[in-house]
Formats: sequence, C-alpha cells, structure tokens
Amino acid sequence: MADVKEMVIISGKGGTGKTSIAGALTSLFKDKVIADCDVDAANLHIIITPEEVISQREFIGGKKARINPDRCTQCYICRDVCRYGAISKEYIIDPVLCEGCGACYFLCPAKAIDFTPQLAGYCYTCRTPSNESFVFAELLPGEENSGKLVAEVRNEAREEAKARGVELILIDGPPGIGCPVISSLTGVNFALIVTEPTPTGVHDLKRIVDLTRHFKIKAALVVNKSDINPDYAEDIKTYCEDEGLIYLGEIPYDSKITEAQKNMKTILDFAPDSEVSRAIKEIHKKIQKILEEV
Amino acid sequence: MRIAFASGKGGTGKTTVAVNFACFLASSHKKVQYLDCDVEEPNGHIFLKPDLEKKMPAKVMVPVIDKDRCTACGECASHCQFNALVLILKDVLIFPELCHGCGLCARICPEGAIKEGEREIGYVEKGYAHGNIDFVHGVLNVGEPMAGPLIQKVKDNYKEDHIQIIDAPPGTSCPVVKTIIDADCVVMVTEPTPFALHDLKIAVSVAQTLNKPIGIVINRENREFKPLTDYLSKNRLPILTTIPEDKDIARQYSKGNIIIERLPHYIDNFMELAINIKKLLEKKQFR
Repeated sequence: MADVKEMVIISGKGGTGKTSIAGALTSLFKDKVIADCDVDAANLHIIITPEEVISQREFIGGKKARINPDRCTQCYICRDVCRYGAISKEYIIDPVLCEGCGACYFLCPAKAIDFTPQLAGYCYTCRTPSNESFVFAELLPGEENSGKLVAEVRNEAREEAKARGVELILIDGPPGIGCPVISSLTGVNFALIVTEPTPTGVHDLKRIVDLTRHFKIKAALVVNKSDINPDYAEDIKTYCEDEGLIYLGEIPYDSKITEAQKNMKTILDFAPDSEVSRAIKEIHKKIQKILEEV
Repeated sequence: MRIAFASGKGGTGKTTVAVNFACFLASSHKKVQYLDCDVEEPNGHIFLKPDLEKKMPAKVMVPVIDKDRCTACGECASHCQFNALVLILKDVLIFPELCHGCGLCARICPEGAIKEGEREIGYVEKGYAHGNIDFVHGVLNVGEPMAGPLIQKVKDNYKEDHIQIIDAPPGTSCPVVKTIIDADCVVMVTEPTPFALHDLKIAVSVAQTLNKPIGIVINRENREFKPLTDYLSKNRLPILTTIPEDKDIARQYSKGNIIIERLPHYIDNFMELAINIKKLLEKKQFR
C-alpha cells in the first residue's frame, strides 16, 4: 500500500470560505479520512453531518496549579516566582491566568500546591453518511494547548487511514498563522490556500504563503468570492506568477453557499450544477494531479 | 473604558466594526485608542492607515545554558512543562519556540548553569490614524507559534484616559482569553449563518467564564436567521446594532475604506452601538 498523503486547507484570514470548500472537496474525493483541525471553532461537522460517533476521547491539556489553604504559610515565594500574575494577595491561583509552568509548585517550601492535569477538550471519531471516517475535536472554551489537540486529531486521522486502508487525509485547518496552524501544517504533503480578493485577504495571504515556505510545504492557491473585487483577484494572480505559486483557479461569490450551510449540506450536494460547484470540480481535478505527484 | 471586539468565527466583520467604531468615536471628539491584538493576522492598519512612528521589537525570555557549568543532570528538562528543554545523550537541547518564559529552569538548575536571554517573536508598532486615533498593533513573526506574549506587549500600551478599542483574534482559545481578560465589555460580531452561530456560542461561554458583559452586533443581516435570534433571546444577549448585508459595504471594504466615511448613513448604526455599549456598561454597575 502506498503512503498516506495529507492535504490541509488553510487561509490566514478567517471567513474566506475554507470550511465550505473543504466540505465541497469531501463530496468529490473518494476514499479518504476527513479531519477538522480548527479545534477551537470546528464547523465542518455542521455540513458533513456525521451519523455515528464511534469513539470519544478526553484530551488532557497541561497542568494547573492550586493552593491548598490548609498547608499554605503565605510566605510569598509563589507570588514572587509566578510570571503570569496568576496568584492573588489572598493566595488563590486564577486558573485562567495560570500557564501551568509549575514554578510555584516546585518551589513552594510548604508543599502546599497541587499541580494536576486538566481536561481541556474532547476528540471524536465519527462515520459520515457514506461510511467514511471523520475526526474532529472540541477544545473547551478558553483553553490552551490547541496545537497539541490538533496533533491528536491528526494522529487519530492517520490511525483511521491505516486501519481502513485509505490513502488520503483531508484536513480543514484553523485561521491565523500561529500554534494550531503550525501544528496543522507540519509534515503535510500539500497545502491548499483559500483566499479572497480583498486587501485583508491579500495581506494575510502573504503571511500564510511565507509560513508554508518556512515549513517547506508545497502550496497552491484558490481565490474564493473572486468576483467581489476583480482588481484584487487580478493582483493575486500576478502575485502567484511572481512568486512561482500554483494558481488553481477561482470560485465566484454565491449566496447558495450560505443556503447550503443552513441546509446542513455541502455546496456540491446542495447545488451540484451551480457555477460554484462546477468551479470546485475543476479545482478538484487539478488537486488530484498535484497529489499524484507529491 | 475598554471595549473588546471578538467573534469566535473569523471573517464575520470584527475588524470592520472595530475600526469604524473607532472612527465614529474620534469624529465625535472622543479620545480613542485602537489596539489590534490579532497579532497573527493584524488587519486594522489596512483601514485606519496609521502613520507608524515607532517600531519596537517584542522579546520573550528564554534559557541560555552555560555549557561549562552544565553537568547534564536533566533537572531542567524534567521540570519544564512545555518540553522546551530536552536532555539528549549528554546534552541539553533548547527548543525556544516552546518556551513560555516562566524562568523555572534557571531557578531549579543546581549548578546555576542557566541564565535567561531574550528572543524576538515579533514587533509592536505605534502611531496615529485619522489625525487623532492612537494606534497600536502587534505583528507576530512568521513561524512563531505563541501569540500570547505579543498580545500582552500590545496591551502594555494602554492609555487609560482614552476609550480603548481592542480588536481580538478569531477563535475561542488562549489568545482570545488573553485579549479580552481585562476588557470592560465584549462586543461579539456575528453573522446569520450556522458556522458563525456555532462559534459565537463558544466565544460567549469564554466571555461568560470571565464575567464580561456581552453585547452582539449582527453583521450582514439579510433575513432573520431564527436559530440565532432564538439563541440570543434565550440567553438574554442584547443586540447592540444590526448591519445589513449590503454590496456597497462589501465594495468599500474591498477597497480598504472606512464605511462611515463613504456611506454616511451607516453612522446611525455606530451611534446606536455607542449608546447600547454605554447601557451595557451601566447595567454592569447596577449588578
């Protein structure tokens, strides 16, 4: 069996249509595992509508410190060593500010501090209506370690791919360029960048392209909502030529994408003959070629 | 007064609402400061077009090991919670991107072999926009995972005698918490779609955990999205203003323009927003 190939969909800027396009591609690619790595705001399950959760696992994030008042002598050492200002004058640790470094725990002379792992979220493996594996996660609101949870989702997706003899993992990535994006991107075979022809879209595009280069990931680009500003759409094309980036094509703006979402369907299932769906089908063909080569 | 603009989902119009609100307040002769805490993808400058006068590197603390003193005992590596120090064979390796700068390794090393140095993760820029808006943003270096410390550096520039408008990053995890933790209220900008509603609910629960008064701006409203209005009324979340879906707004946005300058009839929305934020804050005082 050939190696499993991983493809991630990213954008830099949020709201360019990553998840809608990821959803549409799940309707086109055969035999794959789908992974939603936008763990603090996962959306793909809304349009993929998994039927059955086959496993749910707890995600243990970092540890958090808590002072036991019975043993605390209020010596001030913990407040002195904490760099995050998490310990109040009353010697209570604010769990939101605590980064879980353990400095207070290790240095407390009275051994008055508990330092225990915390539940930070859940990771789910599901079956889609077409009996494919879909892995996604929920980070508990406000938690840290989203990069670590992304890594868990990807590991689980690889296990599923191996177990089911599938050769492609399709990953929906988070917005931004920080920790969870890096965790979604490292080691993938191919990154599909979804941008939009707006000044913010273009600004953020350049940073996400730099990130793919930083990690030496092969990347190609799609312009979504291409008709909202033809000038910028043209600029993006020129940018791709100048930078030697693969330009896969454009997808026009269509309110049907939102309608599909409201009907809990991918655009390919909701309006297969729409201009948007036709454009995505063309892009899908080009991606297939790229994936054969990487 | 410190007002944070957040959303959960990206691309709902956080920055658009935040920058227009800043301009609205400035045009009403208020002292305004705009702080862009979306350091991964800062965008406010595209619309506010500030004259950036100062650029300061943002640095975090990292361990520096004195190889002559280090005995490779592994104490530092076993204490570090972030795996930023790893003992491999007879050598301690440092992974600076993983370091949270807590300083525990330097304190715990029995040989006194660890000192702390500095590492640059990005920069903070300051200046003035539209004449009198005090502008601050942070720009994270590409490849740098940790936004949190840079968000803090942006916030170190708070001007207390100004109304502070804080543009938060998307999502619902630690960077958002770091951004909104000291805000007086949080304005959630959402749109009438299932994706946005799903993420709004998580973002609201983050802000509720932090005991923040929360108000909602519905952006790109075309017709009523029942699940959203039901959710808001059930949870008693006030709608501060509703901005319709309008091709003219999209066009101005795509040119990097300020909406209330090009489409002045939308000033009413920001007036309404200002009045309702005031109400939201007053309610907080009565609690």
